[in-house]
Amino acid sequence: MRRVAVVVFPGSNCDADTLHAARAAGCEAYFLWHRERDVRQADVVVLPGGFSYGDYLRSGAIARFSPVMAAVAEHARAGGQVLGICNGFQILCEAGLLPGALMRNAGLRFLSRPVWVRVEETDTPFTCLYEHGEVLELPIAHGDGRYAADPRTAAELEARGQVVWRYVRDNPNGSTNDIAGICNAGRNVVGIMPHPERRIAPVLGGQDGARLFLSMEAGHATQHAVGVRAVGDRHPGV
Amino acid sequence: MRAFRVEVRVMPRATLLDPQGRAVEHALHALGFGEVTAVRIGKHLILDVTAPSKDDAAARARAMCDRLLANPVTEDYSVLVEAA
Repeated sequence: MRRVAVVVFPGSNCDADTLHAARAAGCEAYFLWHRERDVRQADVVVLPGGFSYGDYLRSGAIARFSPVMAAVAEHARAGGQVLGICNGFQILCEAGLLPGALMRNAGLRFLSRPVWVRVEETDTPFTCLYEHGEVLELPIAHGDGRYAADPRTAAELEARGQVVWRYVRDNPNGSTNDIAGICNAGRNVVGIMPHPERRIAPVLGGQDGARLFLSMEAGHATQHAVGVRAVGDRHPGV
Repeated sequence: MRAFRVEVRVMPRATLLDPQGRAVEHALHALGFGEVTAVRIGKHLILDVTAPSKDDAAARARAMCDRLLANPVTEDYSVLVEAA
């Protein structure tokens, strides 16, 4: 049973859904208030969706300086797994744990509707139970979802297989290269704009998001994670 | 220590799409202001600070921009310091 810390910032609003989704997948999930300075031996840290600090200044710009983020960065640096969903993705970019930034939707409107994304990479801790090329229906709910990166960064993401999900059929927000989610070079830090936690059972309208959490519980070891985990004493017993 | 007023201008980088600026440009055209060829929208922040000198105030303001006030991936900034 994997330990999953769901960070709660002031203004997070998908924290309970995310905790539920992780528990439904069999994880030992718990909330972690943003003022804590330790991730409490988490295997996975999830930054959930919402509007941390009211999206003031820029989405995620203030949350990334919350006390817990130093511990999250340390966890990531040591190879620990981190997932950012929607506002969590924005925070990871602001924190520099993922490249690029999320800007205002090209159409300016807040969008809350289902979209389709294609799974481009299955070699991540959060997609290992999906099929490569599979198309998922997941809901989006964002105003600042347009992934932007300079051409060189975008080319590197493509070349290194760091584009994990891509919008298909239509690109709702004008993101670079139809990007819906990416991972870092170590593949242990992943961000996604759509909300997999909102599609984990037929009663919710679909279960295309469930395997993300089942992948998390399955404990896929990324290429970098295994060797480094034992180095810090943040993960004793792993 | 002296008091200064720091004005920070944060603008979306010129190479990136600025949908707000584009929408306002279209609205201006619709109102008959056809001479407008481009609109970009950014942020203007006014900070009241104390510092030993104007240069110190400017240096600190630039540090604030680098760390928080501007996103280096998508935005450029400029800093103007005046005695308060």
